[in-house]
Amino acid sequence: MYRRREEYNEVIIPYQGEGSTVRPQELAGMSGNEAVAYATKQANVDVVAAYPITPQTIMVERFSEYVANGEVDAEFVCVESEHSAMSASVGASLTGARVMTSTASQGLALMHEVMYLASGLRCPIVMMVANRALSAPINIHGDHSDMMGSRDCGWIQIYVENPQEAYDWTLQALKIAEDPEVSLPATVNIDGFTVSHAMEDLNLLSDDQVSGFLPRRKPVYKVEPEKPLTVGALAMPDYYYEVKRQQEEAMRQVPHVLNKVTKEYETVSHRKYGMIETFEMDDAEIAILCLGSTAGTARTVARQLREKGRKVGVVKLWLYRPFPQEELISVICNLKALAVVERAISFGAPYGALCSDVASILQDCEGRPKIFDVVCGLGGRDISPEDIRRVFDEADQVAKTGIVRDRLKFIGVRE
Amino acid sequence: MVALKDLKMEELYAPGHRLCAGCGPSISMRMMMKAFRGPTVVTNATGCVEVSTTIYPYTAWRVPWVHTLFENAAATASGLEAAYKVLLRKGVRNTKVDVIAVGGDGGTFDIGLQALSGALERGHDFVYVCYDNEAYMNTGIQRSSATPRGAATTTSPAGSVIPGKRGRKKNLTAICAAHDIEYVATASIGFPGDYIDKVRKAIEVEGAAVVHVFAPCPLGWRSNPADSIKLAKLAVQTGVFPLYEIIKGKYKLNIKVGKCIPVSEYLKLQGRFRHLFKPELKSELDAIQEQVTEDWNRTLDLCGEKPKVTG
Repeated sequence: MYRRREEYNEVIIPYQGEGSTVRPQELAGMSGNEAVAYATKQANVDVVAAYPITPQTIMVERFSEYVANGEVDAEFVCVESEHSAMSASVGASLTGARVMTSTASQGLALMHEVMYLASGLRCPIVMMVANRALSAPINIHGDHSDMMGSRDCGWIQIYVENPQEAYDWTLQALKIAEDPEVSLPATVNIDGFTVSHAMEDLNLLSDDQVSGFLPRRKPVYKVEPEKPLTVGALAMPDYYYEVKRQQEEAMRQVPHVLNKVTKEYETVSHRKYGMIETFEMDDAEIAILCLGSTAGTARTVARQLREKGRKVGVVKLWLYRPFPQEELISVICNLKALAVVERAISFGAPYGALCSDVASILQDCEGRPKIFDVVCGLGGRDISPEDIRRVFDEADQVAKTGIVRDRLKFIGVRE
Repeated sequence: MVALKDLKMEELYAPGHRLCAGCGPSISMRMMMKAFRGPTVVTNATGCVEVSTTIYPYTAWRVPWVHTLFENAAATASGLEAAYKVLLRKGVRNTKVDVIAVGGDGGTFDIGLQALSGALERGHDFVYVCYDNEAYMNTGIQRSSATPRGAATTTSPAGSVIPGKRGRKKNLTAICAAHDIEYVATASIGFPGDYIDKVRKAIEVEGAAVVHVFAPCPLGWRSNPADSIKLAKLAVQTGVFPLYEIIKGKYKLNIKVGKCIPVSEYLKLQGRFRHLFKPELKSELDAIQEQVTEDWNRTLDLCGEKPKVTG
């Protein structure tokens, strides 16, 4: 399910000893939660306001330890609810401070109302979401129902596959969010338990490298007594729409800012990121498109199928909002069939949220692939290599016949 | 007590906002800002004051002002306070900032109570000012848990069977004091010197402090806009809204009332209590008087004052 360490070594330039321009990186064993807490500490964050919820708890525990032991000079506001966590984060961010938080599932749902404030008031808060199913029935395990429920809150949304990516994207998300052209909040989504609790070895930057990459935030505006500002004024029908239109414009600046940031991060870390990650897509005829840790399983199966000569590929979206349309279209346009594998149901909709987005961009592409949606892994149900093989087989059938039998399939479920 | 002639001439609350004539909360905001001592930021819960003073592109606030939501003024204040504190410590800022959260009774007694409790428990150095006009006035006079017994609102109408709001007004001051914070006080726009003193004391306290200010609403109370201050005074003089402070748990009565005026003198000026003056509701009126007397005596007792015969 996870990427092997050897795969990282492909992109990490090894330390060549004295005289090398590449610095050795510290190797540490960390879970996704711990990796994000460590990145938060290194980012010289000013305020973290958070409330514990499984499977995010370890992130707040680690961070509060850093504060208690004086390893970071920050205010940890241990609030009484997620609603207050996000409210305090918004208040803190408005002062120009660097603010981060984390949550999951019901906590994210409770924050929902306040998330619109964070984006509407252009607060570049970075929040780790340890993705978890929503009640009822209550379930503490991983799926993407929580973030998909808050999909339209105006936040940048990044999905990661493993603790290394969780660490790297936390740092990069801050820089993207705080860029004056963007100034929008961002979530870094890590799959509950699969990424949040799985311990892996990862390469860490030094504190100096991080502070070089992430200097103190330069806010576009800030609330300070020296220059009184009224923030959060009432906008009637004569002004509201303009504010929202500008917010969308800021969202549209994300791709080029992201490219700039990932490029800079690559020079520091020697790890290359972007909006999407592809595997064997150059000559692929069929492919799976997914988010988060599912990509590891999909790649493993795709590699096995490639060995048998089948032209399969995998597309993983790192960036889900804004939707990386241009980058994606060129990668998937010439496929014969595309299966979208997603971990959330959009009840009553023709497709899940992810597949709806993919389908909507494909309509502009001539000779577009046949597309179908696969929902799996709800409430932490394992997504096995066998499940993925079935999806590739189905995609093969669709490619051969040109007929999609089920636009929306549910796999790995008793029916 | 600060004398009116000694008040700052500087007006941090600008005229021209859209609040009603005789609006108690509006008066309470202007007075509140007379107590500010230096760099100050205000965060305001959704409500009459918020919507009517900041209709974009206008603002009545000459201090930095933040509105986010209805139920989270105390939580937003927590974030502001934490951030200013750490920015000062890190040398990013070089002056301390006083943080004031403002909410109406709906945003404080009801939907914002949890956030307020959390912020008080954490001990943020901020002041929460609740302007209490005893109902959700911004949305059209719906009852809140601050609405007193017998008051007619649009969701507790004076019907033929149920004569206005049932149940008592929530004791917010006691709830706040139960957090063992340094300073909690009741105040009234009818006693500006006392009120301004209390806001200043609350600001000067290190840690969380609450000022609960009584602020009549002519529209919601169906009263003459010219009577707002008179009503605010009568509420104190009848024992309906005693003015006291709780310093480190110790109660002190600030405005002493020799002999309380009968409650009916206060109620009869307000259309929201008009139905209580029908002969068939005399028992309801008597019950209200009885409750006020009992509560007043209890307050006197808490303040170490001797109860006097009332009514």
